[in-house]
Amino acid sequence: MSIINENMTSMEMLNILVDKNMEDARKAKERGELVCWSSSIAPCEFTETMGIHTIYPENYAAVIAAKKLAPEFLEHAERKGYANDICGYARINLGYMDLQKNLANSEFPLPDLVLLCNNICETLLKWYENIAYELNIPLLIVDVPFNHGNEVTEENIKYVESQLHDIIHQLEVICNKPFDMDKFQEVMKIASENANAWYEATSLCSAEPSPLSGFDMFNYMALIVCMRGKKECGITFKKLKEELEEKIAKGESGLKGAEEKHRIMWDGIACWPYLSHTYKVLKNKGANMTGSTYPSAWALKYTPGNLYEMAKAYTSMGNNLSLKGQTDLRKGIIEETKCNGVVMHLNRSCKMCDFLQYEIGKELEESMNIPITTFDGDQADPRNYSKAQYETRIEALVEMMEQRAE
Amino acid sequence: MKDRYYLGVDVGSVSSKAVIMNRNKEIVKTSVVQLGTGTSGPKQALDKLFSDTGLSLEDISVTVGTGYGRNSLAYADKQISEISCHAKGINYEFKNVRTVLDIGGQDVKAISIDGLGRVLNFYMNDKCAAGTGRFLEVMARILGVNVDELENLDEHAKNPVTVSSTCTVFAESEVISLLSQETKIEDIVRGVHNSIVNRALALLYKTNVEEDFTLTGGVAQNKGVIRALERALNKKIYVAERPQLIGAIGAAIFAYEAKEERGKK
Repeated sequence: MSIINENMTSMEMLNILVDKNMEDARKAKERGELVCWSSSIAPCEFTETMGIHTIYPENYAAVIAAKKLAPEFLEHAERKGYANDICGYARINLGYMDLQKNLANSEFPLPDLVLLCNNICETLLKWYENIAYELNIPLLIVDVPFNHGNEVTEENIKYVESQLHDIIHQLEVICNKPFDMDKFQEVMKIASENANAWYEATSLCSAEPSPLSGFDMFNYMALIVCMRGKKECGITFKKLKEELEEKIAKGESGLKGAEEKHRIMWDGIACWPYLSHTYKVLKNKGANMTGSTYPSAWALKYTPGNLYEMAKAYTSMGNNLSLKGQTDLRKGIIEETKCNGVVMHLNRSCKMCDFLQYEIGKELEESMNIPITTFDGDQADPRNYSKAQYETRIEALVEMMEQRAE
Repeated sequence: MKDRYYLGVDVGSVSSKAVIMNRNKEIVKTSVVQLGTGTSGPKQALDKLFSDTGLSLEDISVTVGTGYGRNSLAYADKQISEISCHAKGINYEFKNVRTVLDIGGQDVKAISIDGLGRVLNFYMNDKCAAGTGRFLEVMARILGVNVDELENLDEHAKNPVTVSSTCTVFAESEVISLLSQETKIEDIVRGVHNSIVNRALALLYKTNVEEDFTLTGGVAQNKGVIRALERALNKKIYVAERPQLIGAIGAAIFAYEAKEERGKK
């Protein structure tokens, strides 16, 4: 019997499921079953098929950061020699792993294997390699080459596809049982449906006013990250979609208690240690985050059973596109979600995002005549953000948006 | 009929500036107090204005606050960011200027503006004090001179040194080391001015540095910095008579427009 039901709100479902997923992993660990740590857009279809309990360090690091508990783990990692230039998620997770590795029970159980796909980030390679080395556990990698050109090449797709076959064999050895192709087929179907349900719900941000604030979307993201292979995930997003459609019918905005006067695209990861501050400053100006790269990030479309298409989907991820690909992606988002301003989070943790932002910003300004502001921050390290600087820049952005609307 | 006045108050991190404007959009009086947000500076700036003019808050139709401490002014009708205020203020002083570099106590901003003083885009320094007014204050302290003496010292530099550190703390140790090598203060000061300009150029070059260019903010009072900037850009720089007041002037204009030009568009 499912632990969620139709009478619940999508937010209730979200909270129950996220807790349950973690609880299941802890219990599995106690029973001696396998727990896997995985990067956020890796092919969970394989571990799910094998019944391996998969949990997500990026998500848990964001939770730690949002609860303002990051400094302990960041400082521990830095004392172990990890420079503070390294990604905050990585430092929190590596610090956590080191602090917990000799304890019997962890809230976020330690892994028996790790799985990464570098379609979203290259730091993952060394980060997960270090976990595997420290804990002496298997490391599964899906190595996805960066798309330097405008097209995802055939060679790249085939290279990734061949690794997907390897993963199957590696998991058979690790689990000491054959890979169940029928179950795999079913999981792929669920994962595809869930990805679609996520996109259909979150893309309703294009309505005016938008029924969903991008900051609420950040919260729902936990589910598509952590439970993409489970059907409850899709049930929740279908419910969310119904709720949002109801709000659209009533003309309600996702900004709680405020009128939506402006629509912005948020570029980059959330500033989790100051999520509430970043949201409220925008909300006070009537600015709603309607655009972001997240709705399309998990829209992994492939025919269940077709590993070639699956490899293509994981290779074509937004973060893995050329400068032109990433710029075009944002142009599409700005148009679809009707944004009239852009906020770029210059996230100290993610150099890849930052380096691209300068060029992307320039092109968006020139070709779309849209005002942009940037602010310094970090997805997880609270030391890299200044509230006053954020406030001034958002105010100036809104003033520019207002002047252009005159 | 009682005359109408407009007030712009710019509460910065190290100084407070206030400007009263009349209904003909003319500056009636200005004041500057070298105390910033969280001090008695904003009140002193206002008291000075009112005692000089015989006016009081009751004579003011609209007040606009700007600067780091803009939200601390309980009597302000509106707060507007210093970016928009600097753009507006410089357009009042120089109609032709299209690029503004503002170096304040703890912020550096490069702003592109249009012919009406509207912001086209802007770039600000990251979370670091290098290249700001604070940087000059720290350097002056180590050199044992006042900030306002720096421009004259700079003029006498014969063999300017390079201050290469981009961090205030490291630049401080670099300067201490130069002093211990008995390098002439004038040469160090020139190096410090070049360093602040180099830092600002990184932001400036993100805008389309237009021919008509101005430096504003408290640091623009230092002619050594202006000369360093002119050398680096190889162009003439427009500097307002009171560059520190530009933000407050912009705020006063916004206050004026809120009443006098409302509905005119």
